[in-house]
Amino acid sequence: MNWSDRIAPTVKAIPPSGIRRFFDIAAEMKGVISLGVGEPDFITPWHIRESCIHGLHRGYTSYTSNYGLLELREEIAKSLHKDYQVTYDPRQEVLVTVGVSEGLDLAMRALLGPGDEVLVPEPCYVSYKSCVTLAGGTPITIPTNVENEFRITAEQLEEYVTPRTKILLIGYPNNPTGAIMSREDLEGIAAFALKHDLIVISDEIYAKLTYDGTHTCFSSLPGMRDRTIVLNGFSKAYAMTGWRIGYAVSNVEFIAAMTKIHQYTMLCTPITAQIAAIEALKSGEKNVEHMVSEYNYRRRLIFNGFRQMGLDCFEPKGAFYIFPSIKKTGLTSLEFAEQLLMTEKVALVPGDAFGESGEGFVRCSYATSTKNITEALERIGRFIESIKK
Amino acid sequence: MKELLECLEKDHTQTPEQLAIMLNKPVEEISALIKKYQDEKIIVKYQTIIDWEKAGVDNVTAVIEVRITPQREVGFDAIAERIYRYSEVRSLYLMSGGYDLSVTVEGTSLKEVADFVSTKLSTIDGVVSTTTHFMLKKYKFAGVIIKDEEEEHRLVVSP
Repeated sequence: MNWSDRIAPTVKAIPPSGIRRFFDIAAEMKGVISLGVGEPDFITPWHIRESCIHGLHRGYTSYTSNYGLLELREEIAKSLHKDYQVTYDPRQEVLVTVGVSEGLDLAMRALLGPGDEVLVPEPCYVSYKSCVTLAGGTPITIPTNVENEFRITAEQLEEYVTPRTKILLIGYPNNPTGAIMSREDLEGIAAFALKHDLIVISDEIYAKLTYDGTHTCFSSLPGMRDRTIVLNGFSKAYAMTGWRIGYAVSNVEFIAAMTKIHQYTMLCTPITAQIAAIEALKSGEKNVEHMVSEYNYRRRLIFNGFRQMGLDCFEPKGAFYIFPSIKKTGLTSLEFAEQLLMTEKVALVPGDAFGESGEGFVRCSYATSTKNITEALERIGRFIESIKK
Repeated sequence: MKELLECLEKDHTQTPEQLAIMLNKPVEEISALIKKYQDEKIIVKYQTIIDWEKAGVDNVTAVIEVRITPQREVGFDAIAERIYRYSEVRSLYLMSGGYDLSVTVEGTSLKEVADFVSTKLSTIDGVVSTTTHFMLKKYKFAGVIIKDEEEEHRLVVSP
């Protein structure tokens, strides 16, 4: 029996994550320094963990409202208002999700019909295009480039927009490039969305990890609140990846549609994670400040290291990734990453795992200790010297 | 520069070159600042935290509550000085509440610490009473968890 014939064609057609193959090799090796990890190296701050333990002691083990605990939704709305002066009704315009990943899936499924097109700037997070495809839409890739610091512009988007375009999906600060978009940059995109009557899905999971200037929440731009679904969460800023908790905010109708899917598939986000998230929002600001300043030190260290090595590299301004070009070495991203892993035991992720326009680059995460960064830079430097010979 | 001091407090083995990159300042400025902080005794001393128990060295530590009679003009300071000059005294704080001084004393045996309390500390003029608490286990010291069993559980590569 060929069971693979029974798998849905849409699922079959989706390529497996380019990161997977790397993980399998690196996980078996000893003495590997990994710059390939897309999550904080900090453990969730103790007071957040403790609040969850306390919640369990008090018997919080039940379902919650599909939308999530009202107290958490109120805290989310409060923090968005405080940070970006954008207002959401916690009762109807906030949905607590199982990470941004679920939020993205819900948004796509709630909005897309067959053949609807979604503009997806690349390089981008690995799941964006697959989420569009799985929801029956068609992802339209917009390549971004290092010359423009991996930002998108309205002029560029104009080339790809068609009468079928329904959504623009953006993710800044960006994984894998570390690029950010300034308020002025985003205003141009907002005008474009308005002109073509597009919905914007803005993945802002790295918002708090912005090192140059301040982050602008897309929905806070004039006229954008109702046509935007903002996805955010606790994973990166509060070092809570494994808790799987995030949220979506938008207009009443979009959130109701997303909640409809959420209630039949996920029901609710685990109550344990919701209790921890309340504590994170209420008293986690100091922890965030501490982690951001640590990442910033490491960002400067690794950026300087790559520059000294002679690799072309633009300065990342957000998230915890740096995206140096390895084109000078004459190797492809995959060859570079594989050979580096085999010879010097440094794991990083080939840029093409994040889309074709990532070819010629590698993603290095600096969510690791300065000691590891220093050692990894030495090893990468040695590797580059060795292939010059 | 608070950031520099925080970095040094966490790890003073970082070179001025590395600190300069991390803090986005010229290395000359960082070196000059470190020297200035050392000269002005803002950086008092660089010290290493050692788990002596793990190193197989037995030590006895006691925290002693000391009540004293403050003296004219010098208050608590003169008696405090007579106490902290002893090399056995690891730390000394003036406290609010039921007693005046909190003295941490370290010795190689229970007897050594007891002798110090009975023959040296309690005989100082102005010392009214002492209450000695022997330390049973050190969990955290100078902001560092001694036996930190938290480990990294992250995958080697993830999106």
